[in-house]
Amino acid sequence: MSTVTFRIFRGDRNGGELKDYTIEVQEGMVVLDAIHQIQAEQAPDLACRWNCKAGKCGSCGAEVNGKPTLMCMTRLDTIDTSKPVTVRPMKTFPVIRDLATDVKWNYEANKKIKPFTPAPNTDWIMFQEDVDRVQEFRKCIECFLCQNVCHVLREHDEKTGFIGPRLLVRTASLEMHPLDVENRLDMLKNEGGIGYCNITKCCTEVCPEHIHITDNAIIPLKERVVDEYYDPILGFFRRLFGSKKQAQTPSSGQAADD
Amino acid sequence: MESYTIHDYDVLVIGAGGAGLRAAIAAIEQGAKVGVVTKSLLGKAHTVMAEGGMAAAMGNVRPEDNWKVHFRDTLKGGGMLNNWKMVENYTKEAPDRVRELEQWGAVFDRTPDGRINQRNFGGHSYPRLAHVGDRTGLELIRTLQDHAVKMGIHAHMETTIYRLLTDAGRVVGALGFNRQTGDFLVFRAKAVVLATGGLGRIYQVTSNSWECTGDGFSLASMVGADLIDMEFIQFHPTGMVWPPSVMGILVTEGVRGEGGVLKNSEGRRFMFDNVPERYKGEFAETEEEAERWLQGDRNARRPPELLTRDVVARAIRKEVNEGRGSPHGGVFLDIASRRPADYIKKKLPSMYHQFMKLGNLDITKEPMEVGPTCHYVMGGVRVDPDTQATNVPGLYAAGEVAGGLHGANRLGGNSLSDLVVFGRRAGLAAAEYAAKQTGSYQVDEAQVRAYIAEALQPFNNPQGENPFALMKELRATMQKNAGIMREESELKAQLEILANLKKRAWNTSVSGSRAYNPGWHTALDMRLMVEISEAVVLAALARKESRGGHARLDYPDPDPTFAKINHIIRRKSDGTLTVVAEPLPEMPEELRKIAEAKDLKELSDKVGA
Ligand SMILES: Cc1cc2nc3c(=O)[nH]c(=O)nc-3n(C[C@H](O)[C@H](O)[C@H](O)COP(=O)(O)OP(=O)(O)OC[C@H]3O[C@@H](n4cnc5c(N)ncnc54)[C@H](O)[C@@H]3O)c2cc1C
Ligand code: SF4
Ligand code: SF4
Ligand code: FES
Repeated sequence: MSTVTFRIFRGDRNGGELKDYTIEVQEGMVVLDAIHQIQAEQAPDLACRWNCKAGKCGSCGAEVNGKPTLMCMTRLDTIDTSKPVTVRPMKTFPVIRDLATDVKWNYEANKKIKPFTPAPNTDWIMFQEDVDRVQEFRKCIECFLCQNVCHVLREHDEKTGFIGPRLLVRTASLEMHPLDVENRLDMLKNEGGIGYCNITKCCTEVCPEHIHITDNAIIPLKERVVDEYYDPILGFFRRLFGSKKQAQTPSSGQAADD
Repeated sequence: MESYTIHDYDVLVIGAGGAGLRAAIAAIEQGAKVGVVTKSLLGKAHTVMAEGGMAAAMGNVRPEDNWKVHFRDTLKGGGMLNNWKMVENYTKEAPDRVRELEQWGAVFDRTPDGRINQRNFGGHSYPRLAHVGDRTGLELIRTLQDHAVKMGIHAHMETTIYRLLTDAGRVVGALGFNRQTGDFLVFRAKAVVLATGGLGRIYQVTSNSWECTGDGFSLASMVGADLIDMEFIQFHPTGMVWPPSVMGILVTEGVRGEGGVLKNSEGRRFMFDNVPERYKGEFAETEEEAERWLQGDRNARRPPELLTRDVVARAIRKEVNEGRGSPHGGVFLDIASRRPADYIKKKLPSMYHQFMKLGNLDITKEPMEVGPTCHYVMGGVRVDPDTQATNVPGLYAAGEVAGGLHGANRLGGNSLSDLVVFGRRAGLAAAEYAAKQTGSYQVDEAQVRAYIAEALQPFNNPQGENPFALMKELRATMQKNAGIMREESELKAQLEILANLKKRAWNTSVSGSRAYNPGWHTALDMRLMVEISEAVVLAALARKESRGGHARLDYPDPDPTFAKINHIIRRKSDGTLTVVAEPLPEMPEELRKIAEAKDLKELSDKVGA
């Protein structure tokens, strides 16, 4: 057992301050355990979000010593506890109270993405190798840590013209679904603002699900947008042969024709 | 005076897990105006944590599988105490509900010929669980969430229902508060669907998320709804046991489904010694046979690690009690020596991560240490097997909060498909009922004001107790006195403890503002938690035998007098609870034949396919 001080942001939309809480910690504890202990013993109104305590729900994102992370998956023995440990809310979103932020914007921006639209008369045959890449994107737990670090949202607060990495991942999961026939390239270029992304990969670095956000989702989507809007010949063929996927994955193309 | 906003709906769904979202979709499809309330943000409900898969007899991996085999397995697992009509509805409809999810965008793992893959799980005769690695719950909830958004649901996120509202014996809405602001909301609704999930957090060691405080059972019971079989609590055999701060976090049954074996400190695979009479002849009798099964030999029988959860949990407890446990009070679960590292990472990725991150252990190299954790409640609000209607007009229940489907013990994978089968049925029936309510209905303003004053009382009570300390006491005493092994003296002692905690739950003190105040939230959760704990203990006292999830040290064996009895937990007019023993509904002859079939081949439509 040892004693550790946590320096936690206390406040709301109108501002606040860092406050120190010192507790006894035990082997194996994570940052969220420390927050809960402080709640139970010293600050019963200390607000924080969590659900699963197992890295599965994405509720407990915060910035620990400046690093965006899931509090429930951050063991105290992986950070320097000889100095006070600073815990702040995610910076990109307005604070509700203490560590809980208002992430409503993500749910609103999500509505810009056209929903899953299966090919008519499909027989729902899909092969594992064709769904592997979509399954990577579907691992997303909506922790919004990638949204939090993306400089377009964080520094430039561009929340009207850009949907952010999480929602680009969601768009990719739909666009690359072997049986989806909707076209979201126009949305990506315009309201989605994919052009804002300059591939710094900060989002990929923080993703607790290890989704290759930039390489596997954003860059391929950018290429599709470029092909569609800036390469007239490819764009012509695509319009001629219908949906993007039927041109790309023969197995699903057949399925759609059955 | 305290103000509140009013929202009007045809159908109010309380809960946005799998059951609530599926109910909302069904009700919207009927043209109802639907509101959904959830304590968390959308997509974060406990369902998101489910790992292993959803059971449905699709026959994609073994064509011999069909609803009849699933029916038999489910009744057998549940000690025949299940409501047979619910099991019939469930096993027949589950495959359609899974296919529907795929059509709404879910991306399940595939068989080599491109269909939905299915995996083995305890108590299921064939590989039956449609799954997505070990994050099936995430896939289910995200798909339903996306579809519900497409259908245009009204979601009240981070809003807690504190009381149901009634008028002349009918449920006509609910009172809640927005957690973010502390503001009160009154929902007027023609029908209410409870989809509030389970109660695992009344125990100290649990796999359940913070929301699983049993609210729905208490809310229903307080307006006069019957509960059924609350003594049947499932302790999942494999929770993490080390380090202490992760105690209880689930290790999916998928580990055993993929070939993981259980060993004691002497290195012995002890499950071969623990096959109960009713399963004799259905499981491998030697390690060699179990090994052949793993290699895909269809003539070999399943390894005994895939026995039902009640059997495995008790076998583990026995090893530990008799001194053959692991260093931290569990046993060893070994997949490392059974499958290649790449296979484990592909099939069980979140388990790999969970142990790596939280336990500092590489499961592709070393065995895990595991022990029982409170996981699920088989009992719940008593419902009609076709419509999910409770005995209170206007009130419906679906998902984990509803009872009857699982009998004395739930098979793994039988919950996620339960959510979609009965979530849909509840949504349909509630919308139909709402459409018929043409007369006026009233929300009693005095009732609302009284509840609001009650809810705010902890802010004006400086001498009261710390709600967190109270909650800790509740969980520790339930664990000790009403946990995996029960005994009359301890259960009686727990009733007294609960009587005392109940009083204290009304005398807590909280400080700070009403906006996002966890102390306040805990104080109010606590009031509902003591109510439901009492129902569990009363039912456990009444069942003087051991069966399924209910184990009595003083009555270690099943007793035929209890074999055909459900326990109804009913609130008397003076507000106290009573337990009534009720005979099971009689099963029709043709279903009985299926349930009691000795040979699976009799039940297979497509043998040899
Ligand atoms: C770790 C883990 C793994 C599991 N794996 C599997 C598996 O592989 N297969 C399987 O079949 N089952 C599995 N289960 C069981 C299954 O996940 C649950 O039984 C199921 O998700 C319950 O769903 P539900 O819709 O009934 O409720 P939940 O998902 O628990 O949702 C309850 C909802 O009700 C809301 N709520 C509760 N009280 C209130 C209130 N007072 N006011 C407002 N809203 C309220 C909550 O906020 C939440 O939105 C697993 C369980 C756990 C814990
Ligand atoms: S790679 Fe693009 S989306 Fe990701 S953080 Fe950088 S700019 Fe944002
Ligand atoms: S993509 Fe990764 S970082 Fe972004 S929300 Fe999803 S899980 Fe979180
Ligand atoms: S609490 Fe669920 S991810 Fe941390």
